[in-house]
Amino acid sequence: MSDTAREDKLGLDPRLVDRARRLAARAAEPVIELARTHTTVSVERALLRLTGLHGADAGGTPWANVITDAVAAQVGLEHGVALPVWDALRAGGHRDLESLAREVARGGVSFRLPTGADAGTARAAAGAAARAGIARIDRRRAERDRLLREIGDPPQPWIYLIVATGDIHEDIPQAQAAAREGADVIAVIRSTGQSLLDYVPEGATREGYAGTYATQENFRLMRAALDDTSRELGRYVRLTNYASGLCMPEIAVLAGLERLDMMLNDCMYGIIFRDINPRRTFIDQRFSRQIHARAGIVINTGEDNYLTTADAVDAAHTVIVSQLLNERFGHEAGLADGQLGLGHAFEIDPSLPDSFRLELAHAQLVRELFPAAPLKYMPPTKHMTGNIFAGYLLDAFFHLAGVMTDQSIILIGMMTEGIHTPWLSDRDLALENVRYVRTACGRLAEDFVPRPGGFVAERARRVLAESVELLERVEADGLLPAIADGTFGVTRRPPDGGKGLAGVVARAPGYCNPATEILDTEDPHGSRDMAEVPA
Amino acid sequence: MTTAEPTRYAPPAQADTRQVIRPYGDTTGDGMVQVSFTLPVPAGARAEAAALSLAGQMGLDPASVVHVKPMGPDFTFFIVYGRVRHLIDYAAIEAPEGREYPLLSATEANQVIRAGLGRPLVVVGACIGTDAHTVGIDAILNVKGFAGEKGLEYYRELRVVNMGAQVAVAELVERAKAENADAVLVSQVVTQRNAHLHNAKQMAAAFHAEYPTAVAAGMGRPLLVVGGPRFDTVTAADLGVDRIFGRGTTPAEVASYLVHALLPGAGR
Repeated sequence: MSDTAREDKLGLDPRLVDRARRLAARAAEPVIELARTHTTVSVERALLRLTGLHGADAGGTPWANVITDAVAAQVGLEHGVALPVWDALRAGGHRDLESLAREVARGGVSFRLPTGADAGTARAAAGAAARAGIARIDRRRAERDRLLREIGDPPQPWIYLIVATGDIHEDIPQAQAAAREGADVIAVIRSTGQSLLDYVPEGATREGYAGTYATQENFRLMRAALDDTSRELGRYVRLTNYASGLCMPEIAVLAGLERLDMMLNDCMYGIIFRDINPRRTFIDQRFSRQIHARAGIVINTGEDNYLTTADAVDAAHTVIVSQLLNERFGHEAGLADGQLGLGHAFEIDPSLPDSFRLELAHAQLVRELFPAAPLKYMPPTKHMTGNIFAGYLLDAFFHLAGVMTDQSIILIGMMTEGIHTPWLSDRDLALENVRYVRTACGRLAEDFVPRPGGFVAERARRVLAESVELLERVEADGLLPAIADGTFGVTRRPPDGGKGLAGVVARAPGYCNPATEILDTEDPHGSRDMAEVPA
Repeated sequence: MTTAEPTRYAPPAQADTRQVIRPYGDTTGDGMVQVSFTLPVPAGARAEAAALSLAGQMGLDPASVVHVKPMGPDFTFFIVYGRVRHLIDYAAIEAPEGREYPLLSATEANQVIRAGLGRPLVVVGACIGTDAHTVGIDAILNVKGFAGEKGLEYYRELRVVNMGAQVAVAELVERAKAENADAVLVSQVVTQRNAHLHNAKQMAAAFHAEYPTAVAAGMGRPLLVVGGPRFDTVTAADLGVDRIFGRGTTPAEVASYLVHALLPGAGR
């Protein structure tokens, strides 16, 4: 990362940039208010997981779900699970939450909303349990900082590679091989079924479709394997997974507890592409981002996806608008600029004249709007054909655009994109491609200064102007109506449609969630004196 | 499809009825092809000999390994060029049947539906099973469309219900019934463990079970259409559906097919 490459090259009007940010903040505000005043089943389960609850019944239903569902059925979730659960834990003399859950499953627990001194006792006990969980996340963050110092932090752009076998025990050697071949970031793609599961599966898993289930044990196994490989290679290899779908808050907690380094976590992706209810998504998202902020996890947003359904030229400004919204939601939840891995993509039709200049304009615009963000740049997918030779060339141009515009995280292009999940040789050839471009170009970003008033600069200014126009509309109409109207990704998603709405609950006065209290009141990046969890 | 029997030497008398061709590198009849593959062995002279052995068994003679790349300690990648000994009698190759229906513009399709059906034609689309890749179904259904063509939502005489991703088969059947669907479009992108084939068969079976008295598509049950990049190994009959669309299918092709299949003889 070089500061000289991030100087002002496009001559953007700073007042227009400020206006865009103010509009994004105003558009985001009602949604943030919604998140502050509501909870969801997954937020409540996340508290239980944070305090160390794991495991599942014989049928695979996690104990976190067993308890949360019982509290919801008996006393409702509007006051949160904390008071009823820690009250029942004390009253029943249970050793821990897991014993409580087993008793709940046997039908032997009557939850109540404690009052008076009992409420105070439950509140204190839940508070201590949440504090211990947050402290575990803090220690994991400190451990990462130490490993980065001791082992070494690779220079950007980081090469980001995906493994997706469905079997954690196949993923591990593939991930280690990819790291040895040059990957700085390993993403374990989730099983496509997982985003719509309203629970997090348990244990090490070997059966997934087009990916591997995100589970706490899978996280632990992969992080441990990559720690070994990191030491072997002398550079810290980052691990990525997905805090998205119906269990976003819980998966964020598990990622924090198991020292994952990056998480896919977009503010609108689940709504648009998975038809998850918009309210559910925004509430879950805020909690998950607060956890990510605390855990020092870099989020990756999903704007690249819009360009797979919408046209990459016509819809370029929707990417910017979504990035500004993601930035606002991220900042509000406590994420630092260095944790905002805003996404975008190289998806312009290559048969279009000047397509590469347009790509450079878009990529440079994003770079300048978010100079401190670890931008994640995604490879061509929509216009990859069965012609692997042409695809290899297009991928090289993508890598070139990434290097010229100083992108931070490059998901490297696969010439067999759209044909099959990458073969070993596809990945190896892709790494050879990006290595060549990186080595050949060096710090080319320093020399890439678009001519003032030229094609690239003018295109960037136009996209910014269109973004401000769209933000004005979104701010005036409201974000939820804009989503309902198909503004992003051309897909219409009404606020009361989609999956997961039943799990949204308005908080009652006296709602108690000790995790939220800590996350809402403390600086997530404050310096803490702590001992590490042994690695 | 013709069988892949190795062609034996043909006496000259028959030569005028045959049109023997071979792959073309840079000279007629040179038979040159390129292949690349990975062997699960460490790079080295022995690995290269193994690659040549494979090439020989594939019918490449002579073959030359032009590129060897170790991929980690346990794998080696090869690029091999060679001359294939196989011959193709092009005269005996029949062209696969092309599109059996005329390609209509949106305006033409709308006219045929209005004249032939007198009401909007109802299309219910979904990605079923665990498949969350809506790119295919959206390219066909969304107004935005694909390859410069507007999607089916753009057709005035089509009423489109796009159920999106990860729709359960039972949910799809129920919705198709509720909407009185004329056609059901299912997209399957994920191919791991043949999920696309399994899901498509399951979907077709569910519809056939739901409409036991149906005579044919459009006569007692909706037309069943699947699409995806990797259905090239099976036929529609294998899956129990009416039609398979592959990679690169455009919305107009789908709309034209729906009109052709559901309103036969109309608009010709």
